[in-house]
Amino acid sequence: MEKNINLTLKVWRQNSPKDKGGFETYQVKDISTGSSFLELLDVLNEQLINEGKEPVAFDHDCREGICGMCSLYINGHPHGPDSEITTCQLHMRKFNDGDTIWIEPWRSAGFPVIKDLIVDRDAFDKIIAAGGYVSVNTGGVPDGNAIPIPKDNADESMDAASCIGCGACVAACKNGSAMLFVSAKASQLALLPQGKVEAARRAKNMVARMDDLGFGNCTNTGACEVECPKGISIAHIARLNREYLSAKLQD
Amino acid sequence: MVKIDAKIPEGPLAQKWTKYKADQKLVNPSNKRKLDIIVVGTGLAGASAAASFGEMGFNVKIFTIQDSPRRAHSIAAQGGINAAKNYPNDGDSIGRLFSDTVKGGDYRAREANVYRLAEVSNEIIDQCVAQGVPFAREYGGLLDNRSFGGAQVSRTFYARGQTGQQLLLGAYQALMRQVEKKTVKLYTRNELVEIVLVDGKARGIISRNLVTGEIERHSAHAVVLATGGYGNAFFLSTNAMGSNGSAAWRAYKKGAAFANPCFAQIHPTCIPVHGEFQSKLTLMSESLRNDGRIWVPAKIEDAEAIKNGKLKPTDIAEEDRDYFLERRYPAFGNLVPRDVASRAAKERCDAGFGVGSTGLAVYLDFKDSIERLGKDAIEARYGNLFQMYEKIVDDNPYETPMMIYPAIHYTMGGVWVDYELQTTIPGLFCAGEANFSDHGANRLGASALMQGLADGYFVLPYTVQNYLSDFINTPRMSGNEKEFVEAENEVKERFQKILDIKGNRSVDSIHKELGLAMWDFVGMARNADGLKKAVDKIKSIKKEFWSNVRIPGSKEGMNIELEKANRLVDFIEIGELMAIDALHREESCGGHFREEHQTEEGEAMRHDEKFAYVACWIDKGGDKDPELIKEELEFKDVKLIQRNYK
Repeated sequence: MEKNINLTLKVWRQNSPKDKGGFETYQVKDISTGSSFLELLDVLNEQLINEGKEPVAFDHDCREGICGMCSLYINGHPHGPDSEITTCQLHMRKFNDGDTIWIEPWRSAGFPVIKDLIVDRDAFDKIIAAGGYVSVNTGGVPDGNAIPIPKDNADESMDAASCIGCGACVAACKNGSAMLFVSAKASQLALLPQGKVEAARRAKNMVARMDDLGFGNCTNTGACEVECPKGISIAHIARLNREYLSAKLQD
Repeated sequence: MVKIDAKIPEGPLAQKWTKYKADQKLVNPSNKRKLDIIVVGTGLAGASAAASFGEMGFNVKIFTIQDSPRRAHSIAAQGGINAAKNYPNDGDSIGRLFSDTVKGGDYRAREANVYRLAEVSNEIIDQCVAQGVPFAREYGGLLDNRSFGGAQVSRTFYARGQTGQQLLLGAYQALMRQVEKKTVKLYTRNELVEIVLVDGKARGIISRNLVTGEIERHSAHAVVLATGGYGNAFFLSTNAMGSNGSAAWRAYKKGAAFANPCFAQIHPTCIPVHGEFQSKLTLMSESLRNDGRIWVPAKIEDAEAIKNGKLKPTDIAEEDRDYFLERRYPAFGNLVPRDVASRAAKERCDAGFGVGSTGLAVYLDFKDSIERLGKDAIEARYGNLFQMYEKIVDDNPYETPMMIYPAIHYTMGGVWVDYELQTTIPGLFCAGEANFSDHGANRLGASALMQGLADGYFVLPYTVQNYLSDFINTPRMSGNEKEFVEAENEVKERFQKILDIKGNRSVDSIHKELGLAMWDFVGMARNADGLKKAVDKIKSIKKEFWSNVRIPGSKEGMNIELEKANRLVDFIEIGELMAIDALHREESCGGHFREEHQTEEGEAMRHDEKFAYVACWIDKGGDKDPELIKEELEFKDVKLIQRNYK
């Protein structure tokens, strides 16, 4: 059953990208365990505004785990302690009365802090721009049923395509690598006949862009897969590596 | 004087779009490079339009309030996208999709637009498949379909419960391809705050950089708004937290007609409200109604016992369950349109048969489907939705029925547009949920994705080009013209005025008050007394905002409270116009249910002789009442009948 709990929050505050930043401590009372984690932050912000202080800035939008906007490093885990969910789907029933909760932004060279808990994830868009698509224009395409696709391939492609681009994989990685993100897109498209045509070129261009943007190398620790809110498998990294190697061999 | 002219091409319905395309004016490639288009919003409509314009060779600037175009709320659409492919060979056709959509919209949509929508629906599927959208497939490798409300055929294409996500990512990727090619310039965390008119035509926008707080001027030869709906006027809705009606409202304030604002859709299958800190409502896809059966206890004492926690839903015997949709609408059963399903649930709850601790919920039960098809089959179809439900509610829907209740989901009303999707302001176009055009008084499931992509990929590329063909000799503006300077100054004054209030209440606390008034009086069932109360209440909320809101921080740098306040100013005014429109429309149709106008069985009663028109509202400035202009709807190809899902 739902009950109310009291908590101590240690929240990262940083006014601007150049500001040094640090933790502030806040007390919140009577939080319903049926509330979501972001509703906890709403309550905190209402409290801060009523005290004449500036609310905590954090990214969020759909609040149903699909837009990829919310982030947060909660008690040392991207998207908090629960598995296969985003922060907006994390509920307060996962915490106990009297707990202290540490809340930080993503920490990665690829994602500079903008304000408080908000980071800049433009790098992900730039990686997609480098090749994360099938090069077709609007119109002039064949009928949707012209190319049959084995159900298993379509399903596996969909598994990869369920990436929400939140950046938890990068935040979880000790090297700050974006390989899970890159491989999920490369794999989704390479598994389908319409994307297979330019698979090698795509792999090469996306990896090159990722390296340019300052993301680290993948050393197969598997932390990204564990923390991914959508359960994206590191098997896609292996597939990307194969595409990449064959592309390089052809050079 | 605003003129309402839908500019519907001559000729038989099925030939209109073909004729339009044959007659439209073109711009040659070297001239396209000299013409600029601003697109605001990166959802299905905005991203697909901008990508297509870029591919055609126009210069495009696209704006989003999010950190990435991929966050737009189209991404949250779960169930699917309709098309008239007739792959399952179950009797579907373009004509059938057209008539289902007009009927589903309760005969308040423009025939010509809806027919075109049905006509291009098949091209959308082909386009998305070519982009690598991983639609669900059969074992034979061909595309799979499922059914949605308001249809007796299977015409909905889907990608698990994440169809909106996959379609948006397809459009987003096409967009980023053009960004890489430099035909499109992308502005993220950047919000439209004013539309700039020069000689009566849309020639640019004023935007606010949400990171630095700077006000920017952007000029173009045409502006496309694809900024979504205004459902968040209700505070609690299935819309994303940032979804807002401000761009559409700026268009209205600049003279564009705003059509049918009171047509808001209440979605029947949402997770019920849990408490006062609730920030938004989560939708459970309509596709669940393919295999889930909706019921409440047939005996009021059982409903009471469930509310008090003395009985569980699984304790209620089969004969003591009231499958009220199957009972009332045997032909369509659990797949009646959304407005019908929502009102039926409200009727049972108001009569005391609701469940859950608040009594404001009904069951959506998969027991029979799991027995019939097995748990694995249900998991394959809805696994991610079941997981989402369990994480939020802490109940396992494989073992106990889901609890659902209606919530605000979509706004059929919006900026008025003609056949070319052009507003009453020349050069200002509006697409997707932000316009009013295709869904009448109620949108059918899986039609929003269809409309967004139809507008962006297959309509605007023709109509905007047709408009721009007259401007090949019109030079670019620098942004230093007096119209831009004046617009920028007005915006700065507006923001300063909000900051200077320095009152005692947070933006959200006032927004919640607005939402309650909207839900109570402008919600699922409306009446004249309530609507008059709503207008008064909203006026007092407006006063409260302008005298008592508190915005911490300054206009420099990121200030989220200031962003929200600026949007709330518009939500308050939108809410007022919704109430005014609902009060004037003395009939029930689709999502607009006036208690005074119902049949003896409690079904919506339309008055076609008086209200078969689009209500177009024109702002008269200040506190003056808006002016109503009517676009009479002519139905030549469908016969107006009372919708019957029995």
